[in-house]
Amino acid sequence: MAKVLEIKNLHVSVEGKEILKGVDLTIKTGEMHAIMGPNGTGKSTLASTIMGHYKYEVTDGTITLDGENLLDMKVDERSRKGIFLAMQYPNEISGVTNSDFIKTAMQARLGEDEHVSLFKFIKSLDKAVSDLKMRSDLPHRYLNEGFSGGEKKRNEILQMKMLKPNFAILDEIDSGLDVDALKVVGENVNNMRGDDFGALIITHYERLLDYINVDYVHIMMNGRIVKTGGKELIAKIDALGYDWLKEELGLEDEEEERKQHVVLGSCAIKKKTEAK
Amino acid sequence: MMNNDNNKKIEKIIGDYKYGFKTETDDIFNTGKGLSLEVVEAISKFKNEPDWMLEFRKKAYKKFVEMPQPDFGPNLDFIDFDDYTYYIKSSKKVEKDWNDVPEKIKDTFDKLGIPEAEKKYLAGVSTQFESEVVYHNTLKELESLGVLFCDTDTAVRLYPDLVKEYFGKVVPYSDNKYAALNSAVWSGGSFIYVPKGVKLDKPLQSYFRINSEQMGQFERTLIIVDEGASLNYVEGCTAPIYSKDSLHAAVVEIYIKDRGYCRYSTVQNWSNNIVNLVTKRALCESFAHMEWIDGNIGSMLNMKYPACILKGEGAKGTTISIAFAGSGQFQDTGAKMIHLAPNTTSTIISKSICRGGGVVNYRGTVKHGVNAIGARSHVECDTIILDDKSKSDTIPFNFVQNQKARIEHEATVSKVSEDQLFYLMSRGLTESQALEMIVMGFIEPFSKELPMEYAIELNQLIKLEMNGAIG
Repeated sequence: MAKVLEIKNLHVSVEGKEILKGVDLTIKTGEMHAIMGPNGTGKSTLASTIMGHYKYEVTDGTITLDGENLLDMKVDERSRKGIFLAMQYPNEISGVTNSDFIKTAMQARLGEDEHVSLFKFIKSLDKAVSDLKMRSDLPHRYLNEGFSGGEKKRNEILQMKMLKPNFAILDEIDSGLDVDALKVVGENVNNMRGDDFGALIITHYERLLDYINVDYVHIMMNGRIVKTGGKELIAKIDALGYDWLKEELGLEDEEEERKQHVVLGSCAIKKKTEAK
Repeated sequence: MMNNDNNKKIEKIIGDYKYGFKTETDDIFNTGKGLSLEVVEAISKFKNEPDWMLEFRKKAYKKFVEMPQPDFGPNLDFIDFDDYTYYIKSSKKVEKDWNDVPEKIKDTFDKLGIPEAEKKYLAGVSTQFESEVVYHNTLKELESLGVLFCDTDTAVRLYPDLVKEYFGKVVPYSDNKYAALNSAVWSGGSFIYVPKGVKLDKPLQSYFRINSEQMGQFERTLIIVDEGASLNYVEGCTAPIYSKDSLHAAVVEIYIKDRGYCRYSTVQNWSNNIVNLVTKRALCESFAHMEWIDGNIGSMLNMKYPACILKGEGAKGTTISIAFAGSGQFQDTGAKMIHLAPNTTSTIISKSICRGGGVVNYRGTVKHGVNAIGARSHVECDTIILDDKSKSDTIPFNFVQNQKARIEHEATVSKVSEDQLFYLMSRGLTESQALEMIVMGFIEPFSKELPMEYAIELNQLIKLEMNGAIG
């Protein structure tokens, strides 16, 4: 039977400022969802909140996994229950090799009497490394230390492949990837599709979705999901951007405007004025 | 609340941890508590030493009485020198055959796992029990190479000329109060001589052990690595837990001739009531290389600054160390690199961790003398403080006396970052597993230098100490 991750009326604040203003979203295993939307609308906040990051405070609403309250669980418990977050900025941990870390994480999912078989582990790690076209010395390198931006992102996907979660949330996994890497990562995510796997793919540009066959596309603006549809939405956004949607919904994206203002007010303009 | 419970848990574990035991033994000779010129003479007489050693001890004793406590680091005024016993002998002869070792003592060694360890990779074992080496085993292979490996008392008898030439030269008895104390009452320790060009691939190893209440341990190690020779020596120590203070003041002197190499590895794990004041120093001739691999986990108070005197051109010194201070512990450790010749190089990597109110300080000296033209040094000190109760200071002294030398110094002090914890926990590791993994990674530059068995033991010790670090 399919597992269900259900988010209802989710309100989340960071340092007292409300970012999510009532998100509703239901994901079942077997489904692939994409969330798109302009910068600063709360997509990453949603991802981090599902995983339980300490900075995000849930002020209202619920997140449940097969009816169990996810918000009552610590981060590690959520992970062991099958939630996975591929992070936008993965941390570096010096002195801990990638393979030791992945093996420990796999072991954390097993009972005390069960052990990860070393032979199977090495075999599946080697395969995953080659699927992702990563450097073969990767298992012996320290976790993310000295990795390029693209290597870090691939390493997140590697961990996902090894840990086989029920629900993977990919937080802008495409940023910092070149065209070839984007293809490799996209195809690997797409290949995860199956009855026991559901995904929430956060992106603000469309190319990643050329390689991932998503079932639903959600548009997020101003801390809410404002539109849900199928793949046809991707093409429309690709061609027209988000302005049509703002108009359609009568939305003012204050956040965006304020940000733009800062950009316009910076040195380039000043220099021009001075030159005159 | 949480912390108290956890501390109790740790005490419970440490209380019966596997090296926390002691064996009843019969003393053959015991100087009783306190120290005087008579005690010093009695020790020398009992050991049947040559006059020069008796004179050395007497001079050292006078110096010890005159000298003040060190003017840096933790206050040592609480040490009552009359409260310690300076010499106890527990069994008569130095043993060479395992079968001749007394049963009780063997029992202790069995618990320490020495026979297994020996089978695996030891080339020779010299084990200190009470103040005297009782078990000593040198493989024929070593003998055939002309390597001398015995306890230092035996060396004074068998190789008087060699010992006399080097003893007390790298660390003079007047060096500091505790070097003077050691020089006056020293007993046991290892003596190693590696002849010209002989390279020992397998590590030589020795276990030390304090096994009597209120007993001081003052071993004296002298290592001579001749031209082009190489040695990898591993000193191990574990100690039972006692209720009263115990004083430990060891001296290690190492002399490396031209192009020689010596690595000296220790994981100091004395029980948490011991005051450990150690002087370790190596002298390197031209293109010689000394490596100190120095771990400090145990002791209530520990002061130790392994030093390299880079006397010959191109000589090289390396110190890689860790210090862990838990509840009630004060680790004042570091390294010294004294560059006296051109193109000498040195590297110091120091990793410190404290928790539960422990204090861990890095105290280091790098000196480039007037003749150390083109000398280079690199110092890296990193500290992790695991809670708000614990403290750490980094106290580096750098002196450069010529225009063409270079010292790089990097230091970081940090708490474990919440984002790192979140990252590891998001993959299913519990908070304590995540913390443990970060700390293990932090000390990895040290543990990877240890022989496998030591690295495993170190990991277990750190895990034990880390237990209850969250709360």
